[in-house]
Amino acid sequence: MMKKQISILLLTLLCSVSSYSQDTLQEVKVQSKNKGLQKSSKITANTTLLTSKELLKAACCNLAESFETNPSIDVNFSDALTGTKQIKMLGLTSPYLMITEENIPSVRGASQAYGLSFTPGTWVESIQITKGAGSVVNGYESISGQINTELLKPANDIPFFLNAYGSTDSRFELNTHFNTKISDKWASSLFVHGNTRIAKNDMNDDDFLDNPLAKQINVLNRWQYTDAQKGWVGFVNFRYMNDEKQTGEIDFDPKKDKGTTNFWGSEINTERFNVSTKIGYVFPEMPYQSFGFQNAFDSHDQDSYFGLNQYNIKQSSYYSNLIFNSIINNTMNKFATGLNFTYDKYQEFVNVTDYSRIDNSVGAFFEYTFDNTSNFSFIAGGRIDNHNRLGTFITPRLHIRYNPWGKGVLRASAGRGKRSANIFAENQPLFASSRAFDILDTNGKIYGLDAEIAWNYGLSFNQGFSLFGKNSDVGIDFYKTDFKNQVVVDLYTAPAIPGTHQALFYNLNGKSYANSLQLDFNVELMKHLDLRTAYKYYDIQTDYLSGRSERPLQAKHRFFGNLAYETHIVDKGKQWKFDFTYNWMGEQKLPETASNPVEDRLSEYSPSYSLMNAQVTRTFSSTFEVYVGGENIGNYKQEKAILGSENPFGPTFDASIAYAPVFGQMYYAGLRFKIK
Amino acid sequence: MKNLFLGMMLIVVALSTQAQEKKNKNAKYTIMVNGNCEQCQRRIQKAAFSVDGVKTANWSIETHKLDVTINEEKTSVVEVKKAVAKVGHDAGEVRATKEDYDNLHSCCKYEREEPAK
Repeated sequence: MMKKQISILLLTLLCSVSSYSQDTLQEVKVQSKNKGLQKSSKITANTTLLTSKELLKAACCNLAESFETNPSIDVNFSDALTGTKQIKMLGLTSPYLMITEENIPSVRGASQAYGLSFTPGTWVESIQITKGAGSVVNGYESISGQINTELLKPANDIPFFLNAYGSTDSRFELNTHFNTKISDKWASSLFVHGNTRIAKNDMNDDDFLDNPLAKQINVLNRWQYTDAQKGWVGFVNFRYMNDEKQTGEIDFDPKKDKGTTNFWGSEINTERFNVSTKIGYVFPEMPYQSFGFQNAFDSHDQDSYFGLNQYNIKQSSYYSNLIFNSIINNTMNKFATGLNFTYDKYQEFVNVTDYSRIDNSVGAFFEYTFDNTSNFSFIAGGRIDNHNRLGTFITPRLHIRYNPWGKGVLRASAGRGKRSANIFAENQPLFASSRAFDILDTNGKIYGLDAEIAWNYGLSFNQGFSLFGKNSDVGIDFYKTDFKNQVVVDLYTAPAIPGTHQALFYNLNGKSYANSLQLDFNVELMKHLDLRTAYKYYDIQTDYLSGRSERPLQAKHRFFGNLAYETHIVDKGKQWKFDFTYNWMGEQKLPETASNPVEDRLSEYSPSYSLMNAQVTRTFSSTFEVYVGGENIGNYKQEKAILGSENPFGPTFDASIAYAPVFGQMYYAGLRFKIK
Repeated sequence: MKNLFLGMMLIVVALSTQAQEKKNKNAKYTIMVNGNCEQCQRRIQKAAFSVDGVKTANWSIETHKLDVTINEEKTSVVEVKKAVAKVGHDAGEVRATKEDYDNLHSCCKYEREEPAK
């Protein structure tokens, strides 16, 4: 029955710029001429577009680091060991976001923890960030937002690109892109990325590496077929990645100490292979009517250990999506409909326990868009899915946009999301601690737990205006996420035996919600000098066994500021660009450590602190540029990054409590060279 | 016999001529429509969409061109021009009446030559 649904009848490409499959195939190219961060008052959903211009403002080595200059996304370190950056939107971590690459879900399941670091920054053409419940076209899982990454397309890429990067924490990267136009219809690109960190860094003298020794090789080969006359577009991608990380004590030697209590160490080795295809057909003479057919096969194999905790997960996935776009009477009424199929085979082992399983789902969706082409539009979508673990369920989503007066936009959204929590893959940092894991519920279908279900509601208003003759805008948005069920990860409830620690997983009993408020003010201070500021307030509470509390490691108040200046482009493309980013984090509630001996005890709340990043880019011509920059210039480091570091196999060891950077100041330099 | 044969030929010719006159369901036309500001764009496009059979309508402030795709089985380009003229904008050769033009918002009152008497 499932094979029938996959059967290829008609084909269309979902080559859209926005995360709604409404745009036509003609819109393949993304204009990055003006602003790095583009917000349009004509788009219905609260979507911001990050163009390649924005991505060049920071070191941006991989996708996880591409959000440093954008206030809608909070970036922090997931733990004190692996140097992995984690993103949050509306106060909720990345498992509650739908992260897609060219509209195919990419970071999910086994790749949830490190997946964003598996896409090099130079491969990215643009990123669309949507707050709140997104579109139903790609799936039912998104709860607090959607992030879609578009990669560079072979048909409009340059023949050669080279980027070399080095930093004071001994990380080196090399990106090379090759592109060839084989005929007027076929084009192909080959991207090769390698990165490594070769030296051991221990800036805070706790005998633990501040960031891991690492090596990664990442290769992408893309083929694009375009026949604009006939209306066909197709893509085939082949991708391979191998990533190795080693972290832990500086004297740890994997060959001698793995599996022993000589020294504490960790290795995380991941190998990924991916093949995906996209075929699109736009009906001749009818640019509003098209078909798209996407298929992706993914294989992810992670072998890792954290001290004596072993965690191995292998995931094979298949995703297929068939979409038909058209209009009802005229282009004021558009719709998208289609079928979706997913299959995941997990082989997951936590120490000796086997959590292997197979997940599959099949679904149908329909999304209607009304746009009166001037000041009002709305998108109403729904889907019905049948999943072997989540059952049969409906996912409704609604987005409304109204422009009350010139340069003013009011948006509202509401929607439901449902997902299975992969508790081990999503909480891997907890393996690097002495915590005993305990799953309290046994009747559910996902590790004994039930599916997570949440409703998200949002309201936002943005007003553009002129301040002393310069463009500015001010915005306010408010979002509420209300969990009907959530898998609560409890790091507060103290275990029966004092001095030991645990991590409990159980279904929510009570309320869990995340309210977030963001105020933005952006102004063009002078020609080429732009200031962006944002204040964020989060009120996130969950009912734990020990009572209602804020969630751990989540600041109530955050402030963001970014100042960007560029000089006029003079002869042959010479230009200077300067960028400065300031982040202030309020205090964060920390997991329970009161039962530890005093040297391993943290206060209930972390201190507030500031971080500053800066970068200077010198463009010598349109084909060569050099950049230098610094991260965490103020050299702020978390005190006591790793608890119990003198006795890592003892009861107080915990490397998962990271509320601030561990490494301190880091300076980097790089160059970009192109052949056009 | 000969008459019968001629008769059949005539029917065949008649039928085939009819087949060649099949209406274009996605006919594209560009109409020059006079107007000035963003308000005009909304009014012009809304007027065009109000005609049943108009599938797409896009008016550019810079070029004054209204690009439409219409289903000729349901309507014709003349109907679209009349609908646009009715809201006060000269469309191609169809001119708006004085009352409709006077009803326009001041920013929309475009320059128009007096019609030849």
